[in-house]
Amino acid sequence: MTTLPGRFPGGLELEGHKSLANQCPIRFAGLPPRLLFPLRQRNGENARALVSIGDLVRRGSVIAGGNQSLDPPIHASSSGRVIAIEDHGMAHPAGISSRCIIIETDGLDESIAALPALDTTHCSPESLLDRLHEAGIVGLGGAGFPTAAKLLKGKTAIDTLILNGAECEPYIACDDRLLRERANEVLQGAALLQRCLGCRTTLIAVEGDMRLAWQALKAAQSAGDFDFIQIIQVPSRYPAGGERQLIQLLTGREVPSGALPAAIGVICQNVATVAAIYRAAAHGEILDSRIVTVTGAGVQTPQNLEVRLGTPIGFLIEQCGGYTGQAHGLIVGGPMMGYTVNSDAIPVTKPVNAILVTGAGSPATIPDPQPCIRCGACAEACPASLLPQQLYWHTHAQQLQRALDYHLLDCIECGCCDAVCPSHIPLVHEFRQAKQASLSQQRARDSAAHARMRFEARQARKEQEQRDRELAAQRRKASLGGHASPKIQEALERARQKRAKQNESLASETTHNDP
Amino acid sequence: MTHNPLPVERRFTHDLSSRVTAGHQVRDVMWAVIAALVPGLLALIWQSGPGVLVQCSLAVASALIGESMALKLRSRPARPSLNDLSAMVTAILLGLSVPGLAPWWVITLGTLFAILLGKQVYGGLGCNPFNPAMVGYAILLVSFPQEMTHWPAEPVGLGETLHAIFGEMDSHRPDALAMATPLDASRTPPAMGHSTATPGGLVPASHSDSWVNLGYLLGGLWLLRRKLIDGRISAGVLAGLTACALGFYLEDSSRYPSPAFHLFSGATMLAAFFIATDPVSAATTPRGRWIYAAGIGVLIYVIRTWGGYPDGVAFAVLLMNLTAPTLDHFTRPRAYGHPR
Repeated sequence: MTTLPGRFPGGLELEGHKSLANQCPIRFAGLPPRLLFPLRQRNGENARALVSIGDLVRRGSVIAGGNQSLDPPIHASSSGRVIAIEDHGMAHPAGISSRCIIIETDGLDESIAALPALDTTHCSPESLLDRLHEAGIVGLGGAGFPTAAKLLKGKTAIDTLILNGAECEPYIACDDRLLRERANEVLQGAALLQRCLGCRTTLIAVEGDMRLAWQALKAAQSAGDFDFIQIIQVPSRYPAGGERQLIQLLTGREVPSGALPAAIGVICQNVATVAAIYRAAAHGEILDSRIVTVTGAGVQTPQNLEVRLGTPIGFLIEQCGGYTGQAHGLIVGGPMMGYTVNSDAIPVTKPVNAILVTGAGSPATIPDPQPCIRCGACAEACPASLLPQQLYWHTHAQQLQRALDYHLLDCIECGCCDAVCPSHIPLVHEFRQAKQASLSQQRARDSAAHARMRFEARQARKEQEQRDRELAAQRRKASLGGHASPKIQEALERARQKRAKQNESLASETTHNDP
Repeated sequence: MTHNPLPVERRFTHDLSSRVTAGHQVRDVMWAVIAALVPGLLALIWQSGPGVLVQCSLAVASALIGESMALKLRSRPARPSLNDLSAMVTAILLGLSVPGLAPWWVITLGTLFAILLGKQVYGGLGCNPFNPAMVGYAILLVSFPQEMTHWPAEPVGLGETLHAIFGEMDSHRPDALAMATPLDASRTPPAMGHSTATPGGLVPASHSDSWVNLGYLLGGLWLLRRKLIDGRISAGVLAGLTACALGFYLEDSSRYPSPAFHLFSGATMLAAFFIATDPVSAATTPRGRWIYAAGIGVLIYVIRTWGGYPDGVAFAVLLMNLTAPTLDHFTRPRAYGHPR
């Protein structure tokens, strides 16, 4: 391993548990009886369903569209009939449910016509971005950020493209298998991206213990014309594959707090995303499946499956021989950054890279949280150089502003602090909630400011209208007094005379009545 | 419409128990601290007899009773707090610090003060701003200077020990049982006719204090090796003390004892590896810990040299405990992505 330009503080050397799932080739999971497509988008709103109950759809049909969202459209991943559009649990850290389009598959797996292939050596960057949106490409590393939006975001020139194959989280092996089996697609995608971004340097990072993946990349590199791509091994130290940590390792640069990597001229893409980009461009393929690692002591035959999006987790477990007797907990993602879900009926969505079924008692069940003894182990382990114990102190006391002063928002939720805490305090859980609270406070402030602006604008408009009305009235009056038309003058004269007569008769009546 | 057979949904509970753990547990840390005190304890027994064992037992018993009572008053479950063994560590540290022949009520009162006023009134483990053992020690030292400053000059048998501890309060104590410590002697100017305990030499072999300190050093190094305490704090305390001692020693070696004397006298090693390293009351940031520890080292020297107490550890630690929140505030590390 060559010396890298940078290193990151903290982190942990964790047992990988990768060999559970990375021994056999990626296998197609098959078509489940039902597919579920959550409509919830990243901004919290629902995408508009473009189908109704009873409609027949085919593989690749657009069934819901982003309404003014960055999120790309949602495609059906097999053919069948829409049987319901209703609320259903989805894979989400907060355990929320979403409106879902539920499709009963017909087993025929008929597709609509594929998108036309792009010329990957000459297509314009704009046409690629359009294609990525159209093909539903989002980040497959776990965050699920729309790729077209990510590539478009860079106002500053991008000089470095980083392909993230450093799968640092224990148990997860989908990128490892992808690199071993489809290294060429990844390199093709890298070449395409480098050309469209116009960047000088392209790096692919794999962890030091992913030897076979590294060999596969090297082989694909020498087979094709990919000498401009550097394949780099990074230490197997969690979280080397965290976006910010990987950038730090490979470039020695830090992404400024609150900014995106593009701010320092770097774009980071997960290797699976890059392979999907290539397939969307070169073959017109829509992103309707992904590789999912199904693993853990609670699964009979852990392995990597090629899974149609929308497939319920339970179906995947079945394909892996079912649960073992000791199956205990269900985690989406890995043991460090993943989150528990309460049902295996929830479907696989694009960011779901692994399903971990833990076994009871392994690792030893963690006792209840104890008081923080401020030992500082969390601060030593934090790759972002935060002080988790101080953050915890403030978030626990609901002092959100103080927590923000301690850089709450710079927490990458990697879970290192959780792992080393001698008191087993669920720190990241606490921080996630605090972040959420801060976000909703911000939203409330924004919407209050918005409402005030609207109110003030309305007031101003009303005052203006009032002024306009008065002005108009004045103008009318002035125009009447001045040079009104003779007809009106006559009419006014008549009215005046009439009024005068009436007054006279009224006056005489009163005098007559006077005794 | 006929539906395909659906797999039966399996439900799971949300629990965090399957997370990775890569660290120690509080209870294990406390056990290790107790184990690491054993070499020093043995040296202490060798130096002054089994009194220290009696003191430690009394302390542990009072601590457990005091903590249970406080938890009951606070309507908190007793078991988790007693199980973390932190009260036991506090008690043993105090038991090691009081003179072996001090009457039973001294250590009992001290431990109760430590647990109740040093820890539980603030909300128990993790919330106390001061080192509980040092709170107890300081109260005892200020209140009962007579009982707290007289150490047996040579090992005392068990019978005599028990008699001294549990006997009548005004029972006659043979003068041979009590002597001034070398630290007391060192404070007295040489012109007065006394000789300082260490005219140079690495270890003041004249007094078995140094063996006790070696014992604590040994245990402390083992804790460091297991990464159970922060080496910055231990190194900082020793560095602060050594720097002061060296400066004055070089200036006038006839008036001021050598750094080696300071390092291996009194409670230096106990402070550096077992007392200042209590994370709850220490600063938490890396730089803050350096400053905190060096401050303790300097204060130990100052109190020893010019203060009126035999050893400065307790007050040095308590004074620096006061600064910990401020140190933490001003020594925050630069977080990722923030300007240098």
